[in-house]
Amino acid sequence: MALPKAKQDATDARLADLEIPVSGGWSLAARQDAAERLVQMGLPQPRDEYWRFTRPKDLIAPEPPAAAPMDESDESPVFSDKGACTLVFRDGVFDADASDSDLPAGVSITRLAVSQDNDIDWASGLYGKLELEGQTPVQRPLAALNTAFATDGLIIDVTDKVETPILIRYLHERDDSDPVLHHLVRLHADTELTLLEVGAPGARCNTVMEVDVAEDATLHHVRDQGRNHDRRTNTHAFARLGARSTYKSFTLSLNGALSRNEQIVSFTGDDAVAHVAGAAIGDGKTDPVHHDDTVFVTHDALRCESRQVFKKVLKNGAVGVFQGKILVKKDAQKTDGYQISQSLLLDDDSQFLAKPELEIYADDVACSHGSTTGAIDEDALFYLRSRGVPKPRAEDLLVLSFLAEALQEIEDETLADELNERLAAWLGRHAV
Amino acid sequence: MTMLEIKNLHVELEEENKKILKGVDLTVETGKVHAIMGPNGSGKSTLSYVLSGRDGYEVTDGSATLEGEDILDMDPEERAAAGMFLAFQYPVEIPGVGNMTFLRTALNAQRKARGEPEVSSADFLKMVRAKAKDLQIDADMLKRPVNVGFSGGEKKRNEILQMAMLEPKMCILDETDSGLDVDAMKLVAQGVNALRDEGRAFLVITHYQRLLDHIQPDVVHIMSDGRIVKTGGPELALEVEKNGYGDLLAEGA
Ligand SMILES: Nc1ncnc2c1ncn2[C@@H]1O[C@H](COP(=O)(O)OP(=O)(O)OP(=O)(O)O)[C@@H](O)[C@H]1O
Ligand SMILES: [Mg+2]
Repeated sequence: MALPKAKQDATDARLADLEIPVSGGWSLAARQDAAERLVQMGLPQPRDEYWRFTRPKDLIAPEPPAAAPMDESDESPVFSDKGACTLVFRDGVFDADASDSDLPAGVSITRLAVSQDNDIDWASGLYGKLELEGQTPVQRPLAALNTAFATDGLIIDVTDKVETPILIRYLHERDDSDPVLHHLVRLHADTELTLLEVGAPGARCNTVMEVDVAEDATLHHVRDQGRNHDRRTNTHAFARLGARSTYKSFTLSLNGALSRNEQIVSFTGDDAVAHVAGAAIGDGKTDPVHHDDTVFVTHDALRCESRQVFKKVLKNGAVGVFQGKILVKKDAQKTDGYQISQSLLLDDDSQFLAKPELEIYADDVACSHGSTTGAIDEDALFYLRSRGVPKPRAEDLLVLSFLAEALQEIEDETLADELNERLAAWLGRHAV
Repeated sequence: MTMLEIKNLHVELEEENKKILKGVDLTVETGKVHAIMGPNGSGKSTLSYVLSGRDGYEVTDGSATLEGEDILDMDPEERAAAGMFLAFQYPVEIPGVGNMTFLRTALNAQRKARGEPEVSSADFLKMVRAKAKDLQIDADMLKRPVNVGFSGGEKKRNEILQMAMLEPKMCILDETDSGLDVDAMKLVAQGVNALRDEGRAFLVITHYQRLLDHIQPDVVHIMSDGRIVKTGGPELALEVEKNGYGDLLAEGA
């Protein structure tokens, strides 16, 4: 079927300068397939239902809109004191000198860009695989684009319980950088890893992470997407969960011209647990802010538990979007699905657009969802002020209080505390 | 010296143009404990909110001063720093804000506003533990978010803990006794009595004589329909307890 003209034109324009970066090796076939499905799907357009609340223009344009890097030197990098094994990408280019070379026991890491001639069987079986499965029932053309054209990424294989976190640090230094990164993460049965991601990968970025969690394994994923104002961020995380496995993902975002974070989770084994959560603060005072969390959880196994907890604080015209779906297939009995999305609007100019969805075909499940939009609680504000807390500080406390439920989804309290402190400091500087 | 002086205070609700306080006159001398009693809906809580600076009220006439300074144009936090404190009739729950963080933020903000040095966290901890112990508030409650999951009585004791920590000059207690069991009432009264001194004054709003058995007031006022209609000594509270407001109000009218 022919694509609508606008979609066709946009897709042609974007693809004109893109080239599959490898000419052979294990990822080539998957990349060619992805390029083909991308051509068939076409890139997102404003009329697409899935893009109703978020304009895809800046994400699909052939050139990224310029984005000035931010001087973040007023703070030490997030999680820098956690003893993590750190791997650095500078505008999407791996920086070996800035990265740790010793890996903790129980994990091996290679890079997409240099591993093409090695025969990494599992990687070729995973690369583009979860992305492909995630294309139904909803198309995610930008993820296919990533699979086809990703220039680099980490291939992380976890064979034991690893205590040292792996930290991917992104540095954004050029105002026109446009990295396309694709990470693969595999956890063998009964293993565990904490994976941290910090910073904006570039002026514009398209990142995909495919995560395969085997039986009884646990992945903790915590990211801080930086605080650069102009950045355009498009991320997809595809997770496939085996029996009794656990996947916990948390994302913190401060400002950003455009962020679209898609998380696609599917349960393939029984008794697994997935929590995806996020906290975002957008203040559109100096630059526009648009933040979109789009989540799709598919239950296709028995007794699995999924939780989605997303909170957004919006001010000065900032726009927040949440699209979240829980799909429970016919045989996924005893599913426990929960979803909450909430926004705190600090003025009348800001808006929150939410589309919470449940689609359930099994008869013995407990699923609930809710979405709320509210303002600062005046009674609480007065209570704090009556004790001598100045109004801006009192508002900050209430903002943190609002976000607390999402931060609590981070299991490691030292990580949660650090993010909370960062937030408090950021709020203190910004008087949100 | 005069701590609090309210003259001819008229207050309306901003939204409804409803008159609630219709000329309140009340003077509390430093070092004294005053009690206000009065039927439901007579305006007692409204008076306490207006004095502490809550939004939603319009002062259409009259004045209120704290140690001679006009407070009605001050923000609530400025009033707090100047020494005003209200123990709420309904303390507010604030999920996600730890009790300790809240107390320390409040204490240091007040001190900063007054140009005093902040209290170190070690000193703060020592102070809060000692005072919590006096009020039989356990460590676990201190760690929890402000008032979340506290029983009615625990909330009231938490108000007194805040008062003890902040050491305000003018303490207004709005029905702090309601919802308290006998033992908790004694603890609260002890907390208040421990703070009683020459430099401080109290305005205790209550419906019952019971609290006043423990906190001996110097002066008792009866409020009705937005005015102080009668003022007397402690015997006035006993009279209310015995006969209700009927006779007193008929007399005042
Ligand atoms: N925000 C409001 N909206 C509408 N009416 C109000 C509001 N606040 C107070 N009132 C009214 O003002 C009057 C005085 O209320 P207030 O709470 O001050 O009384 P009170 O003396 O404290 O009563 P109680 O003994 O029951 O605590 C009541 O009639 C009450 O309904
Ligand atoms: Mg009242």
